[in-house]
Amino acid sequence: MGRCSGLDFAHAISILEAFVSSGEIFQVVFFLGLVITLTPLLGGWMAKVFQGERQLLTPVLGWLEKLVYRLSRTNPTEEMTWRQYAGAVLAFNLLGFLALLGLQTGQAWLPLNPAGQSNVDLSLAVNTAMSFVTNTNWQAYSGENTMSYLTQMLGLGVQNFFSAATGIVVLLALIRGLTRRSAETIGNFWADLVRSTVYILLPLCFVLALVLVWQGVVQTFSAYPSATTLEGAQQVIPLGPAASQIAIKQLGTNGGGFFGVNSAHPFENPTPLSNFLEMLAILLIPTAIVYSYGVLVGNRRQGWSIYAAMFAIFLGGIALSFYAEYQFNPAQGGQNLLEGKEMRFGVANSVLWADVTTMTSNGSVNSMHDSLSPLAGGVALFNLLLGECVFGGIGTGLYTMLLFVIITVFLAGLMVGRTPEYLGKKIEAFEVKMAMIAVIAPSACVLILSAIACATDAGKAALTNAGPHGLSEILYAFASMSNNNGSAFGGLNAASPLYLWLGTLAMLVGRFAVIIPVIAIAGSLAAKKITPKSAGTFPTDGPLFVILLIGVVLIISVLTFFPALSLGPIVEHYLVQAGRTF
Amino acid sequence: MTTTAKSSSWINGPILRQALIDSFVKLDPRALWGNPVMFVTAIGAVLSSGVVLVDAIHGHFSPFVIQITLWLWFTVLFANFAEAMAEGRGKAQAASLRAARSQTYARRLRGNSEERVVAPELKLGDLVVCEAGDLIPGDGEVTEGIASVDESAITGESAPVVRESGGDRSAVTGGTRVISDRIIIKITAESGHSFLDRMIALVEGAARQKTPNEIALGILLVALTAVFILAVFSLPFFAWYSEAAAGQKNAVNVSLPVLLALLVCLIPTTIGGLLSAIGISGIDRLIRRNVLATSGRAVEAAGDIDVLLLDKTGTITLGNRMASDFIPAPGIKMERLASAAQLASLADETPEGRSIVVLAKEKFGIRGREIAAPQATFVPFSAQTRMSGVDMAPMDTHPATSIRKGAAENIRNLVESQGGTYPLAVAATVEEISRQGGTPLAVAEGREVLGVIHLKDVVKGGIKERFAQLRAMGIRTVMITGDNPLTAAAIAAEAGVDDFLAQATPEMKLARIREEQAEGRLVAMTGDGTNDAPALAQADVGVAMNTGTQAAREAGNMVDLDSNPTKLIEIVAIGKQLLMTRGALTTFSVANDVAKYFAIIPAMFAGLYALPDHGPFGPLMALNVMGLHSPESAILSAVIFNALIIVALIPLALKGVQYRALPAAQVLQQNLLIYGLGGLIVPFIGIKLIDLAIVALHLA
Repeated sequence: MGRCSGLDFAHAISILEAFVSSGEIFQVVFFLGLVITLTPLLGGWMAKVFQGERQLLTPVLGWLEKLVYRLSRTNPTEEMTWRQYAGAVLAFNLLGFLALLGLQTGQAWLPLNPAGQSNVDLSLAVNTAMSFVTNTNWQAYSGENTMSYLTQMLGLGVQNFFSAATGIVVLLALIRGLTRRSAETIGNFWADLVRSTVYILLPLCFVLALVLVWQGVVQTFSAYPSATTLEGAQQVIPLGPAASQIAIKQLGTNGGGFFGVNSAHPFENPTPLSNFLEMLAILLIPTAIVYSYGVLVGNRRQGWSIYAAMFAIFLGGIALSFYAEYQFNPAQGGQNLLEGKEMRFGVANSVLWADVTTMTSNGSVNSMHDSLSPLAGGVALFNLLLGECVFGGIGTGLYTMLLFVIITVFLAGLMVGRTPEYLGKKIEAFEVKMAMIAVIAPSACVLILSAIACATDAGKAALTNAGPHGLSEILYAFASMSNNNGSAFGGLNAASPLYLWLGTLAMLVGRFAVIIPVIAIAGSLAAKKITPKSAGTFPTDGPLFVILLIGVVLIISVLTFFPALSLGPIVEHYLVQAGRTF
Repeated sequence: MTTTAKSSSWINGPILRQALIDSFVKLDPRALWGNPVMFVTAIGAVLSSGVVLVDAIHGHFSPFVIQITLWLWFTVLFANFAEAMAEGRGKAQAASLRAARSQTYARRLRGNSEERVVAPELKLGDLVVCEAGDLIPGDGEVTEGIASVDESAITGESAPVVRESGGDRSAVTGGTRVISDRIIIKITAESGHSFLDRMIALVEGAARQKTPNEIALGILLVALTAVFILAVFSLPFFAWYSEAAAGQKNAVNVSLPVLLALLVCLIPTTIGGLLSAIGISGIDRLIRRNVLATSGRAVEAAGDIDVLLLDKTGTITLGNRMASDFIPAPGIKMERLASAAQLASLADETPEGRSIVVLAKEKFGIRGREIAAPQATFVPFSAQTRMSGVDMAPMDTHPATSIRKGAAENIRNLVESQGGTYPLAVAATVEEISRQGGTPLAVAEGREVLGVIHLKDVVKGGIKERFAQLRAMGIRTVMITGDNPLTAAAIAAEAGVDDFLAQATPEMKLARIREEQAEGRLVAMTGDGTNDAPALAQADVGVAMNTGTQAAREAGNMVDLDSNPTKLIEIVAIGKQLLMTRGALTTFSVANDVAKYFAIIPAMFAGLYALPDHGPFGPLMALNVMGLHSPESAILSAVIFNALIIVALIPLALKGVQYRALPAAQVLQQNLLIYGLGGLIVPFIGIKLIDLAIVALHLA
């Protein structure tokens, strides 16, 4: 059997040199350094908010928290069992779904519609409502010619907040499950929701929105103006209340753009500074919350260990992407792949953005991922397939990673000769069952729905690329929706009925087939005793565990998707190396 | 005590033969259903056989498909064989146990008359008579009489043991033989429910219920199987798409046998096939150490133990306090004290008494004198006086004297009541001995205090090292003793236990267990007396001594036939080893999959996207890192490796992975290196070697 040469060491060094000499590496290092620096600062404060303690913003916003409780007649100290908690999550999300559906399908008759958008079709409206309720923010439409200002603000914008807060709230339930002993209850859903929204999301968004407006992001209710171009053609310039929405879109790891081209649009992301700040905003809460976790479980090392595992996978993905983008490219005569990159920000910021948004469940784009090199595109795809556990969505990323922790502890924990434990809680049949359901459900969606798309003419008709890249487009679409990321590879007509309806299903399953098991695990763990730590306890902090966790996360994803990936980005990579394109 | 090693080799003729037969018997779908991973494998084998059959009808003959099919069947058979081997070994044990009870007749008491019935007809509460030479027909409690009983049939210990009514040695086991005297036994377990019956059922696998960890692991394996079913059966759709995209016909091989081969290679057949063998052999290992467990759950719980409650006497110390020193009072000669102490102890048959006689002889050559009544009247120890001694009649050499030895407090009262003085130095000595954990015995002659005998608990050799090992494994040891706190603390320090419970009563034991459990710890303890029963029942692992009462044996979830309290430490090790073996093989099984992908994926898509000027193979051949000969040989090698690894690991499953008493972090590191990293690397080598063999034999 013949073999092609793989990665070449000397070659890799030369790529690194090119990368360093371009100066872009310093941007990347500075960015990551800032993320790590901010982690404990924000994380420590967030932990206080989550525990309902008095903190910096209590004097400023305490009245708002109390007002919400009074209006909704909620008693924030009333405890819920896991079933009640899960019921509240589902009811709240169902309500959000229906409200968003109503706003879209009736927007023509509602106010704040200066552009005169017509009512949204039912299939698209259902898809979009599901998308924003599940924090996916997959967009099978372009905002500027589909949604009215009212829909954008009261519907999409509000769900941007609530879907993000839902992620935090579910995580908090899980943390209580881990820390309480022999308890029946896991906290109060409404109190968690209000605190996360009032103290964390609202103030951060307020500040970010102001900065973005300063940088040139639009924030207006006025109608789309018309302009005459130099050639004399008429051009309509879409505007809208974008800044407020973009702030939460990034901070809440939502990613649904105000405009169709998302963060590549100059009114969404006008300057290098706005680009930098938006990337920072995307990673801000998902990283900080891992630190908060360490504080909440009473052992910061536990938080940092998970952080280290996430960061290592994150760095690995970035390194591979940059390698792919900067290496010699036979199909392009040795040039960097510039097609589809956002030239205002450069190759590095396009690729970094692609990794940051696919690792976190943000899904906004500032360049077209379809045009990334096969391997970098493959990394973005693989990031989605990891199940959004590497920082991931706010709350969702950490609870997904904790599911992997449970699996890791179970797989390897037996090897120390004890019933596996995590933070003193025994991991038994129920937890394993729920964790596996939650890990498998999104993967099953990706594989089954992609297979359906491959097998049907409607599925293949939506493609714009032939060859292995077409398969990548299909896999990417379902990976994005099933894992509630919302990132679009591009090149796929997402508005066809097949993708709309299958996508709706994927987003539904990917969200709630994870959330419900997570809350169930929380309930089951809360009822257990906490075994005190001893020398016989499986250590869940320190380098050994970090390596183990990385190994399990990667191996589960690789084992599940290697066959599919081999026919998509992997074969395409080798083909491009051989100079063959489609 | 001897722990009999019953046929320690794991291979012997009859077991092997029976296991081979059972491998086929276990192909019964109802038997396979209990093991989902092997059930899926069997379905794969059936489907693949169907393909062979359909091919044959159409006159096709594919050696490749036939070989794949055969190896899929072998995979199932090998797994069955592993289970049958484990069961066979258990059955061999059970058979030898059962032989002890075959056709036992009982002499049942009906009022005053006796009747002869076969043992299985005995009911709960029946009274039976056993005399010298009779086999005891069932588990029971001696209600009348005392007898020596030969329990070698179940313990392997040839020295007879005493069983008597009342007290802590009243329980008898069915199948043992009375060798002297006559006892009446009340039957406490109905036929089929005796300890032996339960254990036989357990080792034969008939009553084997899955343990909690086994269930959890089973769920994980089912889930992994589901993942791979999805990954494998979605693959043809992607493959057909790629074929069309490449514009090549038949560039991919996603025929049913190949997909089945991929599926069976990926699903965790290694651990799936060996799981029940691991569980059965864990119980088997326990029986080899003469411990009977009522459930597999108890064995597993032993691995989780955080705290061991150990009785001081017999476990930590040799059981008896020994005289270690004589400390005379001021102005008294050492010889006089020794002589008087010996004299007072001559009739004292307790081990302490004997040790005083021996010490006096060893230290001063004072021989045991023949003295008897009417010269001397021995005063035995009583709980009221807390003293014992001797009253000597007046003789020519000396006047009438009375020598007493006993608790310092009582001697003091005795001496002072006679107008004597109790020297301060003696009081200081007494306190000093107590502080060191010894027991001081004061000796007085008349109203004169002669000095103090230092009685010392002798800690068993090597026990301190074992406790250190336990500590390294994260297990705390708590010594239970009736001694006062001072004594207890000293012995605890000498033996190296982590904590002690002094002046312990059964209620305190129970309270201590509850307390530990409330803090989330799992507790193990040993016990023998009836008053231990509540604590044994409360403990997560309660090991009753075989010499103990029936109540204790019923309350615990294990019985140690050797009645060796130290065995608890071994039981913990067996429990840990059981869990470690499962974890290690699961990790190994999952890690193996990586290599199998590198074998099969390039083989399936060998020609896909082949470039015109690059030969028949496409770019995915780059994944053929093992350089396997051909697509057929690659797939076949992976399937063969997958089947053979089960056989190769049977000895490991039966013996358990190597176990060392180390902290969890170190154990994890070692096992990860061996079974995780090893699991990644070994199949690359194994598949390559098999591929070379296949090519050499022209099989593909």
